Parts: sequence; structure tokens; C-alpha cells
Amino acid sequence: MINPQLDSDGNLKHLLTIEGLPKRILNQILDTAETFVGVAERDIKKVPLLRGKTVCNIFFENSTRTRTTFEIAAKRLSADVINLNVGTSSQSKGETILDTVDNLIAMHADMFVVRHSQSGAAHFIAQHVPDNISVINAGDGRHAHPTQGLLDVFTIRRYKPDMHNLRVALVGDVLHSRVARSEIHALTTLGVPEVRVIAPKTLLPTDVEKLGVQVFHDMKAGLKDVDVIMMLRLQNERMNGAMLPSAQEYFKTFGLTQDKLQLAKPDAIVMHPGPMNRGVEIDSCVADGDQSVILPQVTYGIAVRMAVMALLGSGSPSSLQAIGGGNVGQAGNSR
Amino acid sequence: MQLPNPETLLTDITAKIQAQLNQAPSIEQCAFVGIHSGGVWLMQRILNTLKLDIPFGTLDAALYRDDYAQRGLKAQSKPSNIAFNVQDKHIILIDDIFYTGRTTRAAMNELFDYGRPASITLAVLINRGGAELPIFPNIVGADILLNAKQSLQLSQDTKGKLHLSLEDNSLEESDTAND
Repeated sequence: MINPQLDSDGNLKHLLTIEGLPKRILNQILDTAETFVGVAERDIKKVPLLRGKTVCNIFFENSTRTRTTFEIAAKRLSADVINLNVGTSSQSKGETILDTVDNLIAMHADMFVVRHSQSGAAHFIAQHVPDNISVINAGDGRHAHPTQGLLDVFTIRRYKPDMHNLRVALVGDVLHSRVARSEIHALTTLGVPEVRVIAPKTLLPTDVEKLGVQVFHDMKAGLKDVDVIMMLRLQNERMNGAMLPSAQEYFKTFGLTQDKLQLAKPDAIVMHPGPMNRGVEIDSCVADGDQSVILPQVTYGIAVRMAVMALLGSGSPSSLQAIGGGNVGQAGNSR
Repeated sequence: MQLPNPETLLTDITAKIQAQLNQAPSIEQCAFVGIHSGGVWLMQRILNTLKLDIPFGTLDAALYRDDYAQRGLKAQSKPSNIAFNVQDKHIILIDDIFYTGRTTRAAMNELFDYGRPASITLAVLINRGGAELPIFPNIVGADILLNAKQSLQLSQDTKGKLHLSLEDNSLEESDTAND
């Protein structure tokens, strides 16, 4: 099957979902992100890679945080950034998605960062755009949020470099979470041997085991001896349906407290993709505690998004493997 | 072609760098920066030999290269690490092989994003000729004129010893032509 994310030479062309991306591409993105971590710590937080390129953030669904991190990432690569909150502009006047996209292509955009409430929206746009334009999925419906998955894995790799010897638990609303799916794909592709999901039955997809995870409905059993705890956001609107009794009840059973955290390994890290509901899925003293890496996740998110844009933004990424791919321990002769 | 012993060249440029440091107003105002990967190996050897307490850092410069649009990012770019204050420092920039000058340009651009150095001196093991920019090394171990089809590589074995190897594609092509 042709992977629409890769070009004919097997290099990244669009980033739509982590599902189906080979380990080599995931590692390439994570390794490249390492080079960008230091850029943010300098006086001049900018490198010239995407000078003269135009990145369009097209957000059909609001997400201030994701849009801001993509904007910062693009600006640190010296790109020009246009933000479109389509929900509040053309679409409300009746314009179709593709008309909006065609207008931006006519304005010579080079890269699209797309957020949409419908699964598959970014794929749809990627199939439509000409060859020289790349599309990054910044979240589509319940489907995928690949850069969030990548930044979570990057954070894990920074704190727990031995990925082949890890136990990771995802806790909470897996059913509605595009982040959870992206994370599970990334973790299993990179060889994490044990990925657990801990949630009430009503918040799990029916065939969740098929993703290669172990399922728990009880925090005590699920958190035992894990190295990484990834809390998922509980969307308040789920309370209104019959899925959950109440926020207090949920916190009592599935909220991460200091007591429950004791069940994990003593050096376990706690993660959350944000925005957090304190007192619903996570207790404040855990979120702000020593084991929390929630704010480093945000910092690394920029480096990871810079890496994705840098890999997509070069004129001919097909030669990526050709240079610098020499034997380890060799140098010299670089032009 | 008889290649020089890189260990001898390293001793030579180490002495020249020592002489350069002696001319500086004070050693505190000097710093070493090695360019990945060969320049970093050389810098570490020079630091070990001179036993100086001098700030040092490493650069990859991949994010500043002028061929990104054509060639993309290098598969194994390494993080730059400049932990000292670049402002007003006399910097000895160390690379293994000087060719077109484009890596040096990229490295200098990156350095300037950390601050305004007082001066930059370029030290290389070998100048293989072929500069395409008005940039030339100040300290050179050896000049070896090579053509564009020849590729000179510095490598480091597990014991840290340096080796030079020459790959000559121009010869292979003429051999084939003769067959």
C-alpha cells in the first residue's frame, strides 16, 4: 500500500499520522529535534532554515496552545507565519475547505498546518495540494495528533533513554483521545515492550487490545511498577452523557494522586498533554510535583515541531540519506 | 598518493595554536570551538595536550548550511553546544578538512547567534584547495591539492588514533574507460 506521507524515496513528505510511519522516520524526527533543543536556550532563538518560506496555520477548530507552539516553531526556523482561524472566517460564509486551501496556494504558501474536528481532514488536504507543499496534521477529530505523540515520545526518550526496557501507562479517556492513539503507535513502533491503558470501560474503544496494549480498569493494578504515567485530558462534555457519573467520582477512581503515584516506580515520570483539569484527572500536588515533566513537554514540543518542519521544508528531501549518512566515526570533506 | 600522518599534522597545528594563544592579551579571553565531527575530535586532543583551562564548545552548523534547500537536513546532525559567553572572545575555530569554505561560513553564522566574538581564527588539519568563498584557514597542518572527484576523510579508531583515507573516483572512472 502506498503511504501518502512518504515520497517515492521513502522520505517524509507530509506528517498526517504516526500509524504506518517506519521506525527510521520516527528516529530521524526525534534525533533532529535534539539539535533544536539548544536553539531555544540561546540569545538569538532562530535558525535560518525556512527563511523566505510561508507556513499557514489553518485551524478549523480552535486550539490556542497547539497553534501557538506551531507558530513559535515556524518563527524560530525563520519562516513567515499566517494564522487562519477558519471557523471564524470564510467557512462561516460558506467557502469549502478546498477553496480556502486553493486561495492560500495562490498566495504561495509552502506548508500547511491543519487542525480540524473531522477525522481525515489533513489527509484530504494533503491529497489535494501540489507536490511542493507539505501538510502537517495538528489534530483531526478523534483520529490523530502526530506531533503531540512525537513530543511525548521525545520527552520519554530524554528522561528514560532505554526505550526497550520501559513500562508506560496511559490513563483516562482513550476513546476520545487522538493523542492516545498517536502515542500508542509511536511507543510500539519504537520498541517499548509494555504499553498499558487504564480507563473505565466506557472510555475505551471496543478493540483497544488490537493496538498492542494491555488493558486495566483499576489504577492499583495498572500503575504498579510503571516508568511513565501519561494522563489524558477528560473532556468535560463527556460528563453530560451517560459515560461517567461525576467529576468527583472520576477523580476518586482514576485521578492521579500522590498515593496512587507511589505504586509506580520511584523514579517514574508524570506527563499530561494539556490543558489539565486539576482535581479531575490529576491532583495539583502531582501536577506540580518533582516527578511531573508536564512543562518540559511543552518546551520539547517546540523542538519536535521545528524538526518536523525542517525535515519537510527542504526542496528535495530525497537526498536526506545521501549526505552525512557515512560510516560512524568518519568526518571531513564536507562541502 | 602518499597521505601525511594526521598525528604529525595534529602535533604541528597544536604548536601553532599554542603560539596563537601566546599572542592573545589573556587566555581567559580565548575559547575553542570544534566543528562536528572531525573538528571536535581534534579539539579534544588539542585540549588534552595543551592542558589549558579554556572554555570550549562544539558546532554542527547543519541548520545554517546554504545547501539545505537542495540537500535537506543531514541524517545525523548533532546538537551544537556553546556553553560559554561568546561575546568579545577570541575564538579558535577547529575543523578537520578545509574545502569550499561553506561549512566555515555556516559555522561563523551560527557563532554570531550566540554573541559577537572579538575574533575568529580558523585552524584545520588539511586544506585540500577549492575555496568557493573569500574564506581561508589561518592555521594549516598541510596543503594537499585534490580535485572534486576525490574525497578525503578523517576517521578516529576506537583507541582515539586519527587516520586519513582518500577515495578517488576520478581514477575509477578512467580505469573503466580503459577497459
